[in-house]
Amino acid sequence: MLYAILCYNSEDVVGAWTPAEDAVVMARLGTVEAGLDAAERLGATARLLPTTAAVTLRKGREALVIDGPFAETKEQLLGFYVVDCADLEAAIAVARDLAAANPDRGAYEIRPLAVYRPGRLAEAGARRANRRGVGA
Amino acid sequence: MTIASIDAAWIDAALTAARPQAVAALLRYFRDLDTAEEAFQDACLRALKAWPKNGPPRDPTAWLILVGRNAALDGVRKSSKSAPLPPEALISDLEDAEASLVDRLDGEHYRDDVLRLLFICCHPDLPATQQVAVALRIVSGLSVRQIARAFLVGESAMEQRITRAKARIGAADVPFGAPGLEERAQRLNAVAAMVYLVFNEGYSAGGKELLTRGALCDEAIRLARLLLRLFPSEPEIMGLTALLLLQHARASARFDADGAVVLLEDQDRGLWNGRMIAEGLALIDKAVRHRRPGPYLVQAAIAAEHDRAERPEDTNWARIDLLYGDLEQLAPSPVVTLNRAVAVSKVAGPEAALTMIEPLAPKLSGYFHFFGLRGGLLLQLGRKDEARVAFDQAIALASTAAEAAHIRLHLDRLMKEGAGG
Repeated sequence: MLYAILCYNSEDVVGAWTPAEDAVVMARLGTVEAGLDAAERLGATARLLPTTAAVTLRKGREALVIDGPFAETKEQLLGFYVVDCADLEAAIAVARDLAAANPDRGAYEIRPLAVYRPGRLAEAGARRANRRGVGA
Repeated sequence: MTIASIDAAWIDAALTAARPQAVAALLRYFRDLDTAEEAFQDACLRALKAWPKNGPPRDPTAWLILVGRNAALDGVRKSSKSAPLPPEALISDLEDAEASLVDRLDGEHYRDDVLRLLFICCHPDLPATQQVAVALRIVSGLSVRQIARAFLVGESAMEQRITRAKARIGAADVPFGAPGLEERAQRLNAVAAMVYLVFNEGYSAGGKELLTRGALCDEAIRLARLLLRLFPSEPEIMGLTALLLLQHARASARFDADGAVVLLEDQDRGLWNGRMIAEGLALIDKAVRHRRPGPYLVQAAIAAEHDRAERPEDTNWARIDLLYGDLEQLAPSPVVTLNRAVAVSKVAGPEAALTMIEPLAPKLSGYFHFFGLRGGLLLQLGRKDEARVAFDQAIALASTAAEAAHIRLHLDRLMKEGAGG
């Protein structure tokens, strides 16, 4: 089974860390990541830029772009994509395509990444894990 | 690092992060800056005792507001000998009280609170440096000693300055009602300018001062992000935040080991902070969608052109020239034209740039960069004697040792060439 581990914390508090404090935390996390990666168990990892850098595409009859992060509590995080885009307009275009394919409800928050590592979890490994989890 | 010290660092960061919101809410409640600050201070002391024992509350800001308010009220009651309020140990989880407060924190109310707190630091009678000092003290919570060090003055002098500025603010009678649309926009403009002042205090520091003053840049970025969270759809606040990020991204490359200025074209671009650049570019993308560019956004776009270039020769000077043209329309000033002349010298040559800046001479006769650029252009044109005069004038006007040292390099080179030829 593959698991996503989603990281939550207070942006205000993390934003008040000094660069040195931030580096200490990232180094400690890096040690955990390195162990998983060496065993080829780690898929893509990412650190997101602050929510202030986000826009949200609200689905509906006419999809609407709103400044800021997704802030509703009535809907839940169900999945995510990582896409390479030249700029925000290109990313919004991708989200619009997704919204057109699944237009009913919900939203896509579009948040740039600060850090992205693909990880060593190979495609074959992912297939294996998917089979164990979903197909069994 | 032990668990205990992580906790201490976490609490420290939480208190710093909560300060603007908490002091702003307490200010609305007590309508007096000193009372609000003392109440917050009191709440912080209680947090330092309670949080390591009970664990941090779900919403530290709400906790600090409630406990601060109660502590201040308690003080009032004690002096009037009436019944005390329950101690914060009994309301450590806050439950219902916290929930209703959090609801109110999310509202517009709260947004105006923080804006008001920032706005009172922008009192028009206060000189720019005092606005910055007061904002750092009240909003950011820096100690008087830290601020004094950043401004390179003695602690008692800074203490006096801040006390006097606060007295002026107290007498100013800022309205506590919700501001109208236009008033809110005016306040936001003034506050944005003040945040940029905080940034520039840090940015203009050179060499060895950088250690103490560079933190002001981080502080300004934090304030800009706070504003952006409160006003998520304001393109100029996106522009301001982007501008600060894109300039600060080059901080590690701007000075050499001896503290001397390294010009943009000579900087090691590998030292630039890629994450800050990415965030700045993302914010510009967001702001551009609003299609009403303001001065901060255009300046951010100019900074972005530099940050995007992998090598100096990749810089799109023609685009920078156009952007400065936009800026001249939006916020005309001789300094903007002077900066545009740098781009013009790259696109059309030093002669064209020199022609462009000559009419600025009367207005910029006291401006270091005017003579620095003039000297540089004259040098490129081979007019060495005139260049030497301009460089001498620049050194006389330099405000930091790093600025002077940089011009002296040009002069030394001229002297050597003069001796050799």
